[in-house]
Amino acid sequence: MSSRTLCLHLRIWRQESAQAPGGFCDYTLESVSADLSLLEALDQLNEQLITAGERPVSMEHDCREGICGSCGFLVNGQAHGPRAATSVCQLYLRQFSSGERLTLEPWRAAAFPLVQDLAVDRSALDRLIAAGGYCSVNTGQAADGNAMLVGAEQARSAFDTATCIGCGACVASCRNASASLFVAAKLAHLGQLPQGQPERARRARAMQQQMGQEGFGSCSSHLECEAVCPQEISADWISWMHREERRSAG
Amino acid sequence: MSGLPDAQLPGGPLPQAWQHCKEGLPLVSPQRKRQLRLLVVGSGLAGASAAATLAEQGYQVRLLSFHDSPRRAHSVAAQGGINAARPRAADGDSISRLFADTVRGGDFRAREAGCWRLAEISSGIIDQCVAQGVPFAREYGGSLATRNFGGALVSRTFYARGQTGQQLLYGAYQALMRQVAAGRVELLCRRDVLEIITVEGVARGVVARHLISGELEVHTAQAVLLASGGYSNVYFLSTNALKSNASAIWRAHRQGALLANPCFTQIHPTCIPSGDAYQSKLTLMSESLRNDGRVWLPLQPADPRPPAEIPEQERDYFLERLYPAYGNMVPRDLASRRARELCQAGHGVGPGGRSVYLDLRDAISSQGASTIESRYGNLLQMYERITGEDPYTTPLRIYPAPHYTMGGLWVDYRLMSSIPGLFVLGEANFSEHGANRLGASALMQGLADGYFIAPLTVTAWLAGHATPAIAADHPACREARARAAGRIAALLQVAGPRPVDAFHRELGAVMIERCGISRDAAGLRAGLAEVAALEQRFHAEVRLPGTAAGPNPELEKALRLEDFFGLAQLMLRDALAREESCGAHFREEHQTADGEARRDDSRFAHIAAWEHRGGADPVRHAEPLRFTSLEPSARSYR
Ligand SMILES: Cc1cc2nc3c(=O)[nH]c(=O)nc-3n(C[C@H](O)[C@H](O)[C@H](O)COP(=O)(O)OP(=O)(O)OC[C@H]3O[C@@H](n4cnc5c(N)ncnc54)[C@H](O)[C@@H]3O)c2cc1C
Ligand code: SF4
Ligand code: FES
Repeated sequence: MSSRTLCLHLRIWRQESAQAPGGFCDYTLESVSADLSLLEALDQLNEQLITAGERPVSMEHDCREGICGSCGFLVNGQAHGPRAATSVCQLYLRQFSSGERLTLEPWRAAAFPLVQDLAVDRSALDRLIAAGGYCSVNTGQAADGNAMLVGAEQARSAFDTATCIGCGACVASCRNASASLFVAAKLAHLGQLPQGQPERARRARAMQQQMGQEGFGSCSSHLECEAVCPQEISADWISWMHREERRSAG
Repeated sequence: MSGLPDAQLPGGPLPQAWQHCKEGLPLVSPQRKRQLRLLVVGSGLAGASAAATLAEQGYQVRLLSFHDSPRRAHSVAAQGGINAARPRAADGDSISRLFADTVRGGDFRAREAGCWRLAEISSGIIDQCVAQGVPFAREYGGSLATRNFGGALVSRTFYARGQTGQQLLYGAYQALMRQVAAGRVELLCRRDVLEIITVEGVARGVVARHLISGELEVHTAQAVLLASGGYSNVYFLSTNALKSNASAIWRAHRQGALLANPCFTQIHPTCIPSGDAYQSKLTLMSESLRNDGRVWLPLQPADPRPPAEIPEQERDYFLERLYPAYGNMVPRDLASRRARELCQAGHGVGPGGRSVYLDLRDAISSQGASTIESRYGNLLQMYERITGEDPYTTPLRIYPAPHYTMGGLWVDYRLMSSIPGLFVLGEANFSEHGANRLGASALMQGLADGYFIAPLTVTAWLAGHATPAIAADHPACREARARAAGRIAALLQVAGPRPVDAFHRELGAVMIERCGISRDAAGLRAGLAEVAALEQRFHAEVRLPGTAAGPNPELEKALRLEDFFGLAQLMLRDALAREESCGAHFREEHQTADGEARRDDSRFAHIAAWEHRGGADPVRHAEPLRFTSLEPSARSYR
């Protein structure tokens, strides 16, 4: 921890609603503590705006510890900002130098309509899960959890893909606005476990189909998704998913 | 209301009680279920699991949640793990041991029948979650792995690295989305429930604000289930997600639901300490770190040296010194209190001397950095991001922070509040945790409520009470809607100079000072006056930009804070009335010579359930607690 403060120039996309016109506005925070997160700096800006009688900047956030997937916008064109494997709520100002200019914009993808300012609607991701991202088991019908052995490595690998927080950064950073990394992560999570096997092929087909319906583009292997994913989900799983598709088709 | 409703506690021996109760519960035919609509508020572990299960059974379920997606509910943040008694374990664990740990952990302020049932159901929860694909940690041979957790001497905590809550929530969320796809659950996200609708004392619906359009909606049903989570955010800085709120339970309280034990707030000992005034939250470091981390402070007050330069003999491993049997694994209230005392005595480290060291050095040198990384990697990474310090080379700094609220709406054994037809699940109810929740048992309780208890007990209630849902223009709906609209209009009209957060920060400061790790009568009385004054200032000086139409995050916050003011005063009152020290509630007037809590079983072996009385003072009812299976004993971890 330091007691350093810095001056930040913020260029923020302001748009009252999807229908209203939008544009950038410039703001300056004169001396903010370097120990604050970027979202906390925006809180500070918002208090200033409110006190001045202006509308504060809308942004999604909740847990502020990198786990809920609510937050997310582009910082200088990068989803979740410059730090690897970090969601924007975990971006701390000590990362920046005084006088720096940050441009903040919402995710841009046809499947994610704008709500206001930096907030977008990502319910399309929920509909992808509803299409098949689950194991069909009713409550009370489960067998002993130890009856099916799952090797430690296998459990870990499934876990690594299960950690996707549904933030949508992969979509926002993909030039085709594809949700491939999100879908691949779910297919790989369930597809690597014995519980996920009975519905494996159906799941892959249904989620792929839903992706098309929601208006997500297709994957052309630019791997930007992997670079911005705060959970470091590997794009190798997209290749794995393509093999799944061939498998489920054949 | 006169006194307390019947708690519906089962008679007979504890081990068969739930089974007996279940067998006696009436059923509803599948055809009728299809005609009945249930409202579930909240899609955390408790709400999502209940909604999914009730939908599987054939009910029409409508789920309202504040978040944009059920996957974001605060449950996602739980790190450490979930307890379950799997009697096959070689360390001798059993249902009765988990039961005993829960009752003792709660300092004999929980109902034993509920605690037994929780322990009994726990194993089935793990099975259910495994079947859904929750990737729990496994042993190399493929069986489920467990670890130790604070307050317990057996290894019964199941986990998925440091993200157990996330994985359990995704399991419940996926089960829920399956029902959404099947058309059995209607999912209404971005809805803020602001009022409960009752007709002749029975819960019949809710009023919610659509967070995008700003419209006030009326939703009616045959029964309402609140699973809206805890209220630690009353302290402003807490480990809870920022949107966690008390609105749904507080509005229900104002409609007649009793609120139980509001003063029992768990303060978690291992959080990243606070720094700047604009800091918005405190982040928990899972207490599982205490398995490998040793807690210490320099013996010399205000020691300026960096930790590495402080030799072994000048370090005070105070938990190991004071509690040799449990050492760093003592329950949360003890660890928190001891840390605070030593910091107040000048031994604290970090900014303002407000933290203690949690040191992984010995574990890293004996087990290797990679083992520690595989256990706690994501936590340590999070710590590094927030503080800018490397926990592999320098000890973590931690300090206690409000974390979990054991209080909540009073419910009977069947999870029904004192408003018939209003059920309360998960952290929103006052639950089985007594005065101090045992680590890793909130996840267990949320899922027990949602998957296994409410689906049966809600059915039983509907079997005897289902009448058609009321129409949205019923006078009770119009009244409730008018109440919500009136509050919104009043807030928007103030047009004072100060933003909502400024008031929330002040409220938090009062609450942590007056009703935090320890309390005394004078402080609590002063706190009551301070909160009342602050509430008045809020209503005179708050400034909300914008209007009621369209998205208005400041209005959302203001409504939440308005409810917190009421709740905060009830918390202070409850703390003042409970003249004993128990669990997380430490009254300085009631302690032993060596600074341990002194419970008063002759006067306070009860649940305090508060009744709202319009303009008058709330009334405190007491539900006596009886212990047939465990002799109430002083909690001793020395
Ligand atoms: C950082 C952290 C770590 C934890 N670690 C552990 C652990 O390791 N083990 C353990 O057992 N417990 C742990 N806990 C406690 C546990 O996570 C919670 O008690 C539990 O998840 C609460 O679940 P819930 O379903 O009751 O509520 P929540 O998950 O909080 O869900 C509340 C739901 O209600 C909705 N809601 C709330 N208010 C409204 C409203 N007015 N209108 C509409 N919707 C509303 C929200 O949108 C949300 O969907 C931890 C808690 C924290 C803070
Ligand atoms: S795959 Fe990564 S970037 Fe995409 S939604 Fe999941 S966590 Fe976010
Ligand atoms: S606010 Fe939850 S991940 Fe950023």
